[in-house]
Amino acid sequence: MANAKQVERPLSPHLQIYRWQLPMITSILTRVTGHALIFGGLMVYWWLFCAAVSDEYFQIANAVATSWFGDIVLTGSLWAVWYHYLAGLRHLVFDAGHGLDVPTATKLGWGLIIGSVVLTVITILVVQ
Amino acid sequence: MTRPKRYLTPRKRAEGKGAAHVGTEHHWSMMVSAVGLAFLVPVWLIIVGKALGSSRADVLDTFSQPFPAILTGLVLIVGLRHFVMGAQMMSEDYFRGTRRKLALIGGVAFGWTVSAIGLYALVKIAL
Repeated sequence: MANAKQVERPLSPHLQIYRWQLPMITSILTRVTGHALIFGGLMVYWWLFCAAVSDEYFQIANAVATSWFGDIVLTGSLWAVWYHYLAGLRHLVFDAGHGLDVPTATKLGWGLIIGSVVLTVITILVVQ
Repeated sequence: MTRPKRYLTPRKRAEGKGAAHVGTEHHWSMMVSAVGLAFLVPVWLIIVGKALGSSRADVLDTFSQPFPAILTGLVLIVGLRHFVMGAQMMSEDYFRGTRRKLALIGGVAFGWTVSAIGLYALVKIAL
């Protein structure tokens, strides 16, 4: 912040030698899923827009949404939304000053990964 | 990045400001929209999941009802606002100067454009 002293030294964390760990990976994944969710969101609202406009438009959107490509995007987005959801709740917990010790943070990290997969499967089963 | 020489103490420079040189409103706004979305999204996923893959008549029937239509509108506006503000954070982290400005403007323009398209669809279906 301050420009009083400009000392030449390696930046921290030194990325090449920084050991990957769960809180770091789950934090990065929060940003990745949040941004990637725009693809699933666009597909759903484009599909809705096409349904609103005409039969021809809807046929195209429906064909894309129900194709293997649509399945990959929408299923991936479903996992991403649940992951981002749980990560957001964890963020609120962290912000309140709880769960910041390493054992609890590790448990919460696994909770995000396992919980997001479980919720994805449950959602698919419910909407089928 | 070169900084202008000003007689400011480090504390004075930092007080109430993050990397984006604004206060904590951004963070608070993200928290508020996150809590809102936490209630909206699970129900919305079920409604959309059930409608996806059905016929156009069924889709129009679902989204012409008040609850799915209003919920879908809320998820659209609150969700996109949350997205654009998150993307803003990323632009501020990774870009500088003109590129940052363009990314910020582009993000806002994108968010409102998609919002308008989604609202158009919802209104057309509802009426």
